[in-house]
Amino acid sequence: MKRWLEDVWEGFYTVLVGMRITWRHLFTAPVTLQYPTVKWPLPPKSRMRLFMKFEDCIGCGQCVRACPVNCISLKAEKRPADAPPIWAANGQPIKLHVAVFDIDMSLCCYCNLCTYPCPTNCIYMTPEYEFATSDLTQHLYRFAKKDAVFITEDPKKKAAAAAGPAGAPAALAAPPATPPAKPAGA
Amino acid sequence: MDATYEYLVWLLPAAAEWPSWLVVATITALPALACFMFMSLGPLIYVYAERKVSAFMQDRIGPNRVGPIGLLQTLADTIKLLFKEAIFPKKVDKKLFVIAPILVNVGAFMPFLVIPWGGRLQPADLNVGVFYVVAIASLSTVGLIMAGWASNNKYSLFGAMRSAAQIVSYEIPAMMILLVPVMIVGSLSLQDITTAQHGGLPNWFLFRYFPLMPIAFLVFFVAGLAETNRAPFDIPEAESELVGGFHTEYSGFFFAMFFMAEYTEMFVISATATVLFLGGYLAPHPALQQIGSVPLGWFWMWFKAWSLVFVMMWLRWTLPRSRVDQLMHIAWKVLLPIALVLVVVVGGLVLWPSTAAGFPWDRWVGWPLTVIFVGSLLVVMLRAIAWSRRRTQELASPARQAVTP
Repeated sequence: MKRWLEDVWEGFYTVLVGMRITWRHLFTAPVTLQYPTVKWPLPPKSRMRLFMKFEDCIGCGQCVRACPVNCISLKAEKRPADAPPIWAANGQPIKLHVAVFDIDMSLCCYCNLCTYPCPTNCIYMTPEYEFATSDLTQHLYRFAKKDAVFITEDPKKKAAAAAGPAGAPAALAAPPATPPAKPAGA
Repeated sequence: MDATYEYLVWLLPAAAEWPSWLVVATITALPALACFMFMSLGPLIYVYAERKVSAFMQDRIGPNRVGPIGLLQTLADTIKLLFKEAIFPKKVDKKLFVIAPILVNVGAFMPFLVIPWGGRLQPADLNVGVFYVVAIASLSTVGLIMAGWASNNKYSLFGAMRSAAQIVSYEIPAMMILLVPVMIVGSLSLQDITTAQHGGLPNWFLFRYFPLMPIAFLVFFVAGLAETNRAPFDIPEAESELVGGFHTEYSGFFFAMFFMAEYTEMFVISATATVLFLGGYLAPHPALQQIGSVPLGWFWMWFKAWSLVFVMMWLRWTLPRSRVDQLMHIAWKVLLPIALVLVVVVGGLVLWPSTAAGFPWDRWVGWPLTVIFVGSLLVVMLRAIAWSRRRTQELASPARQAVTP
């Protein structure tokens, strides 16, 4: 009998304890972040959608070889000998004509391995993560441009000229801090 | 009927001149229409309230997209459910499959016939009121079992069987406890039970025979929870075990009907508990019974029943679902003995001349207990708000600050 009464009291009392907790939470502020209108800030080195700056690509294909899932397809051919010389932004001469540079983001595993070997830093990851589509083929981003405007003057010579008699080596062109929202080939 | 007629004449003095057929049509159709509107629109509010309460208790926001602060969410859901196809799986028993949700609704809605909203504001003052509520409310269990059987689905049948086991366990203590206020009043009419508690909060049956009647109220409330298939006793629909229990196979409008019945039953059980223990439509203090000439009975009835509905929601989001054997344990080994002892003891006290009107200390108990209860709730609430403020400031550190694009 005593045991029974203790059990009943314990059941009743523990329910009250639980109800006190939920009553307390009834008046605490919600922790919800209402996503589409409000977003958490991303860490500075977030790896989201890949972007490639076509004007800087020298067509070396190191990113293709680095990619563990083969999501980059590149087709490059030798530029004709009589074509005007062009350079990437960091001064590397572009000797290959890149006809195709496709990245299939539906295959990409966001490992960031393609960006390390790139000699001109033209391929990098952007903090853009809202690119869901209703069609998987829209994840195939074509970065090769027919109407790309290349640098036709050697940036190294230009920088040296600009530095003038001081002779300080000019800082190499870094990739832009804020990439464009949508790649050209999308 | 006479009371309703008097009420009509009081409302519309011209009604006394009306032909009898018009009077009969009016006094039968109007309460029916009022009840129907109340019952069918009520679940819209209950579901919204339930979702909001659950969200706040889990530190979420809840529905807030449809309409201002999500007020139209349930309306949108209802419209969606109404326009959805009612799917009949291949081997269901079609007749029973259709009748079941209707029966569940009948069981949930018919008790409104005797629930008093004021001295005369009652569709019908049956002299077997309490018995009627119990008998009709049990119909919905028949509907549940019917739904489970007709669905031809093992999970539905499990749900139905659990529902049957549950009703067998819980009806008995609930009925026993119903006897206690009925014994004190000596009448089954809900109107008589209410008027026997007049004179303010200390005279409510909750505070009569002090430690006894609060226990009776708790037992009735727990049994009522089980009767409405609410958590922690929602084992007939136990969505994590039985998919959806008895309504697994239902869709569209029929599913909406089950939902409507569940929330209406919540209100019915709360209203019954209110009438039996919390003084029905009577105000906590006689001075609050009406403002000027406007009677407030309907407000007090609504307010008290809603408070109990809120407690049901509160319990649902506090407690995990009990197992079937735990439920049987609670029903047969805890509630039933308590109910039996209460019936015998209170019956004896009612017969004993010096305690027929309650213990001598009864009238000193009501207000202090209410103040302690509400006060402790307020204290926890204020501390929670203060804590929440502090936590919000802590979270406002730059690393966790949300940015708007």
